[in-house]
Amino acid sequence: MKHLLLGIARRDVRIAFQQKAELVQPIMFLLMVVTLFPLGVSPAPETLQRIGPGVIWIAAILSSLLSMDRLFREDFNDGSLEQYMLSGMPLSGVAAVKVLVHWLISFLPLLVLSPLLAMFLNLTLDMYVALIATLILGTPLLSFVGAIAVGLTVGLQRGGLLLALLLIPVFIPLLIFATSAVDSAALHLPYYSQLAIIGAMLLLAAASAPFAIAYSLKVSQN
Amino acid sequence: MSGLRISGLTCVKRDRVLFEALNFQLMPGELLYLRGPNGAGKTSLLRIITGLSEPESGEVCYDDMPIASSHSFLSALIYLGHKAGLNGALSAMDNLQFWLAQHGTEVSPSGIYAVLETLGLVGLEDIPVRLLSAGQQRRVALSRLWLKPAKIWVLDEPFTALDIAGIAWLERQFKQHVDNGGMIITTSHQPLSENAGKHSTLDLEYRF
Repeated sequence: MKHLLLGIARRDVRIAFQQKAELVQPIMFLLMVVTLFPLGVSPAPETLQRIGPGVIWIAAILSSLLSMDRLFREDFNDGSLEQYMLSGMPLSGVAAVKVLVHWLISFLPLLVLSPLLAMFLNLTLDMYVALIATLILGTPLLSFVGAIAVGLTVGLQRGGLLLALLLIPVFIPLLIFATSAVDSAALHLPYYSQLAIIGAMLLLAAASAPFAIAYSLKVSQN
Repeated sequence: MSGLRISGLTCVKRDRVLFEALNFQLMPGELLYLRGPNGAGKTSLLRIITGLSEPESGEVCYDDMPIASSHSFLSALIYLGHKAGLNGALSAMDNLQFWLAQHGTEVSPSGIYAVLETLGLVGLEDIPVRLLSAGQQRRVALSRLWLKPAKIWVLDEPFTALDIAGIAWLERQFKQHVDNGGMIITTSHQPLSENAGKHSTLDLEYRF
């Protein structure tokens, strides 16, 4: 455990802060995508409120695809991944720690920024509370599931677009339940069931994804 | 019986048999020098020996235990491949400290500094590794051999990008490690000089 914390978590945080530009770019992308909608669709407050939750979630998924590739690609290219595998640390533990650090670095800023986005899109307070709840439960799920696909595509020369093609269909259920929760909140209906389903998906992913990631990384070494 | 035993190893890559039913044994105090033309399977063999990739058939045993189930193998191993395993954005010092933490070895920063000093990297330990020259990066990667007390060194082309002084110095370290009962498997396209001490060679041929 100490090896994972000192050797992986601290290392990844240090690398992220050495490359500040890459840290900020996905967030800037997300902000820009969200601001495009009032310009492109309609600036009418009712329309924005109607499409707002979906817009924020789609932007979050797209920006996660941008930053996801960094999760293992650099380590694969410079040989650090080989060294992890020969270090005696359990590879599933390495994967879990890397995914958690990735979530902290790329999605925590999104959560911090979400009140601003909600204001842009004229969301009510009830809708915002539902939105932040789905983001808190849903974004770690994006990280865990995305990391499996990153592990599978890491050995390919141009895995970036393939990664998007693999992942977007997988994220559809999450998108449906998340936006349906916010819609229910807009109508003052309870939305616990949607949250419960997202939570269940998150728990399943957290329990099984590290092993799947470890396996996909091993396969990519062959 | 301690040491590394390779028995019946076969490796197939893209329908081409690289080597077949390969047997050899490496005992403490031995240096094995692996030779062969490009594409003969040297790197594949080394990766199988470390457990990074799986052979078609056969097994690698350390202290009579298959390496996948041996608890002591990974802590006794240092593998340096073509890729240096250094993150370009981090300094040499950070890279080595994190690597040591991953491998569960503790060396004080002054200890790391001393090793970097003997490698001629004084004043370069705090700048990002990607700004160093290829030879200097190789030296940073090789400094692991001094920092982790490991018995088995598996080195893939360790001399690449090193200058003449660096090569002589690495060969002397080979001799010292072997004299202390260590085991080394290395590949190289240039013959080992006398500095490296006595060694056995294994030739892999390019097969069609």
